[in-house]
Amino acid sequence: MPITYLIVPFAPLIGALATGLFGWAMGRRLSHWVATGSVAVSLVASWLVFQDVLAGHTYNANLYTWMHVGGVEFAVGFLIDPLSALMMLVVSFVSLMVHIYTIGYMADDAGYKRFFSYISLFTFSMLMLVMSNNFLQLFFGWEAVGLLSYLLIGFWYTRPTAIYANLKAFLVNRVGDFGFILGIAMVLAYFGSLDYATVFQRAPMYTQVTVSLFPGHPWSLLTVVCLLLFVGAMGKSAQMPLHVWLPDSMEGPTPISALIHAATMVTAGIFMVARMSPLFELSDTALAAVMAVGGLTALLMGLLGIVQNDIKRVVAYSTLSQLGYMTAALGASAYSVAIFHLMTHAFFKALLFLAAGSVIIALHHEQDIRKMGGLYKYMPITWITFLIGSLALIGTPFFSGFYSKDSILEAVHASNLGVAQWVYPMLEAGVFVTAFYSFRLYFLVFHGRERFHDLLHGQMPQESPWVVTIPLLALAAPSLAIGYMTIGPLLYGSYFGNSIYVADTHPALADMAQHFQGAVAMALHAPVTPVFWLAAAGVALAWWLYLVRTDLPEKISRRLSWLYAVLVAKYGFDEFNDWFFARGARLLAGGLWRRGDVTVIDNWLVNGAARAVGAASRLLRHFQTGYIYHYALAMLVGAFALVTLFTRLAG
Amino acid sequence: MISLPPLAYADLQPLLPELFLLAMAGIILLLDTALSPANRYVSYLLTLATLAGCTWLTLPHLGAAPATALYGMFIEDPLAAVSKLVLYIAVAATLTYARDYLKERNLYRGEFFVLALFALLGMMVMISAYHFLMLYLGLELMSLSLYALVALQRDSAAASEAAMKYFVLGAIASGMLLYGMSMIYGVTGTLYLGQMRSVLQMGAFPSLPLVFGLVFLVAGMAFKLGVVPFHMWVPDVYEGAPTAVTLFLGSAPKLAALVFVLRVLVWGLEPLFIDWQQMLIVLAILSMAIGNITAIAQTNLKRMLAYSTIAHMGFMLLGVLAADRVGYGAALFYAIAYLIMSLAAFGMILLLSRAGFESDRLEDFKGLNARSPWLAFLMLLTMFSMAGIPPTVGFYAKLAVLEAVVNQGYVWIAVAAVMFSLIGAFYYLRVVKLMYFDAPEQSSEISAGADVRLVLSVNGLALLLLGILPAPLMNLCLYALKASL
Repeated sequence: MPITYLIVPFAPLIGALATGLFGWAMGRRLSHWVATGSVAVSLVASWLVFQDVLAGHTYNANLYTWMHVGGVEFAVGFLIDPLSALMMLVVSFVSLMVHIYTIGYMADDAGYKRFFSYISLFTFSMLMLVMSNNFLQLFFGWEAVGLLSYLLIGFWYTRPTAIYANLKAFLVNRVGDFGFILGIAMVLAYFGSLDYATVFQRAPMYTQVTVSLFPGHPWSLLTVVCLLLFVGAMGKSAQMPLHVWLPDSMEGPTPISALIHAATMVTAGIFMVARMSPLFELSDTALAAVMAVGGLTALLMGLLGIVQNDIKRVVAYSTLSQLGYMTAALGASAYSVAIFHLMTHAFFKALLFLAAGSVIIALHHEQDIRKMGGLYKYMPITWITFLIGSLALIGTPFFSGFYSKDSILEAVHASNLGVAQWVYPMLEAGVFVTAFYSFRLYFLVFHGRERFHDLLHGQMPQESPWVVTIPLLALAAPSLAIGYMTIGPLLYGSYFGNSIYVADTHPALADMAQHFQGAVAMALHAPVTPVFWLAAAGVALAWWLYLVRTDLPEKISRRLSWLYAVLVAKYGFDEFNDWFFARGARLLAGGLWRRGDVTVIDNWLVNGAARAVGAASRLLRHFQTGYIYHYALAMLVGAFALVTLFTRLAG
Repeated sequence: MISLPPLAYADLQPLLPELFLLAMAGIILLLDTALSPANRYVSYLLTLATLAGCTWLTLPHLGAAPATALYGMFIEDPLAAVSKLVLYIAVAATLTYARDYLKERNLYRGEFFVLALFALLGMMVMISAYHFLMLYLGLELMSLSLYALVALQRDSAAASEAAMKYFVLGAIASGMLLYGMSMIYGVTGTLYLGQMRSVLQMGAFPSLPLVFGLVFLVAGMAFKLGVVPFHMWVPDVYEGAPTAVTLFLGSAPKLAALVFVLRVLVWGLEPLFIDWQQMLIVLAILSMAIGNITAIAQTNLKRMLAYSTIAHMGFMLLGVLAADRVGYGAALFYAIAYLIMSLAAFGMILLLSRAGFESDRLEDFKGLNARSPWLAFLMLLTMFSMAGIPPTVGFYAKLAVLEAVVNQGYVWIAVAAVMFSLIGAFYYLRVVKLMYFDAPEQSSEISAGADVRLVLSVNGLALLLLGILPAPLMNLCLYALKASL
């Protein structure tokens, strides 16, 4: 079986290397066949692994020892269990859809082969991340996906906005990764290993251990470790206040928005916390912090989606909000629910992005929804699939998003952490907000007055080619049905087995299991819950404001101008960061540079040392006279000196 | 006169590679006299075939238990097998790189192959010697062949001068070595390394004559390695010799010299490690300091690499002075890694040179990236590896050696070594800067055969591959020492 495991990540790597290094010789057609084919191989292998895991075979072993340093083993290894098998399947499936879609979306781009090389390499990195059995490889995958994200956001590197956005994504992720690597370092320092199984086994012995980061304030070691690791997750999964990079990442091409910034990479943080469940379960404080961050992100980021006019940015804020839901579920110890929502979200959010991309192609790369409208007549497949994605997103009964999102709400409701009573109303309000912005987007794009005629100079929009619509249809199917089909085994069955650990002191999921009577009953029960009516109200309000009384939104925004201004300014995070961190860092760095660098380091230390070495070098050079008797003398003097020295020492 | 039992075939079994090599060297010598210059490739191919045959004969010893021959004067163990196999590859690569260079300078003659093979035979004897006289015999066989190789270009004043210096100073060093050996013999009463070790372990000996002998032994070996203060010949010989010979001189003999040092100091004199450890510390620190600092002032690449060798040999000695198996293994790894790097560096000079143009000045590398991005990249890998920048093998080699030293509690040595490496990084990176950021002065076509380019590419990429996946080679080195000691 290890051969199959190896094929899963390394097939895309080979595809990436082939297209990246030899793309110049391969031509466009061969390049996309090689890259797409390699990911297809990876998907088939993932499917085989998944079947194998379903049959009860798990695997945890090191494949290659990179080095031993100070008694610590740095290894490359795979942990194949239900959690990683599911992630492998999701990653390779969405990646394959995006590969196919890219053939159509990027058809006219000069960087066609480079793009394929990047996304295949990304797939490799993401798979290495989820398949890892140790912290080091996790970190490798973590940084590699970050790098690829950076490269892909700035894919159109001649656009200043793209360069700004990718730099921003990189810097913000540095903050998160700083916490993450500190967390890993603490794991190594205290548990003495980087291997998951070893660390998880040792962790319960450390519940009473405290560390004093500040003298006189002992903190629980596990809380500190978990919070540091979670800082990493906040960066990668764009939780407040480290969310600022994700909306800007929409500067990248749409396929990567779907693949990286919706379906896979941004969920790495969620996956990581779920993987670390044996650690997080030992710290209620960390769980409460996780839940609070998740709840805030879910509601506040959803609100921002209401005022955006860029089709991709609306979906981006929606992604932020949904990531908040997943994080809140993690805080409620409902790790399986978070992973469940991660999976359903991967399908319907990738679908929404790709459908948005289809609209963008049809309108010649226009992204402003105020210039759209009435597209349902011209793009039937895009229209239907977008509608399916939106219905799944807002949690319509029987759609996949319904099962996962309702389960999150129930889990937070059932959580016995104190913070849950604050987070639950936020998540409920978030349901209304989600429904409202989703259908605002849907109505503005596909219904109402046709406002695109100026863009197309009288032509009519065309449905996109089959390479674009096939992935839409292929993603629409799981967006519809995957929740219904898998909620039983994933949440209330034994699918995850030992791969996720929930302590007895956090019984939220166990409570829910007692009330669960099957997927159909759950959907039929929906109309008697307030959540259902909140969503319905959101849709209705969007319909009324954007199809019936189209004059009202303008008036409301003028009446509530202060609120509108706050939302448009995105709560001022960007301004604060620019003012405090960016300007502060520049001022500090400028001062240090002039006083410290130029004067002390450059002048005295660096140039001084260089001058000294250079002088010594010129001096020593003169000993090399070229005369053989000088050389012989040097040897004899050297031998004489050594004899004198060591006979003295010995005597 | 002690009467010895007659030699049986089984007793010669471990000697087979050496015997085969000797026979083939003789055949090539005779055959070559009958060859016209146009058919010289026959000698070349025969030499490569000889190396392949030696490989085939040596491979079985890789996994076998140590076996002695010639009444216990000769030993064939995994350490010898690993070292010899690396030497065969190194010599084969050397001959491939050197071919065009020698042709263009009218040096492509049978003597080159025969002398190279005899030098290799000397190294093999050094590696497998288990007796002081055998060690000396191997050393002299190698050295005499090398002196002649340096002087191969008879009409070149620089080469003749270099050969003369090398010969005279080498004779002094050999004298010191013999003197040291005689002192040790006088105290222990044996020339067999194994017996010497057990004799030294047993009893208290007067330390003064032992230390006295040890200093001279170490001095003699230091000359072969080229460590300070016995290094003066290195830059002059490297620069004066034809580059093809410098390549030969700077690669394989270094590994042989390391194994020689291990045989003497570990197999024979390990009970005295407290004494030789201190001596090696002095030599290592001085070499790293003087080698790295003086290299900065050089404008000739061959000379710069000569000083770089001095520094590298000092670094390698750190592994030996750790005086444990992990340290010896690290030193062996370092020697092999250095061998690959120096082959790549000199191979590049050979590839870029042509008739009447040596391409051995730093300026000759200006703007190489514009002329050939792939060759520039290979040179970049080589320079990074020499400077010890990850993920090249040079980094891992340095790390392994430093770890061994730190484990023995010599943190200050590790700190000093890192400081000198930092200084050394300057002149390696200067080559990179010249290649990538300066405008080319040469614009001529780079004429090199496809096989040379291929071998050089494999050689350069090996630096990267071994840096990313060092474990197999490291395990091989550690295994060789564990299975042999």
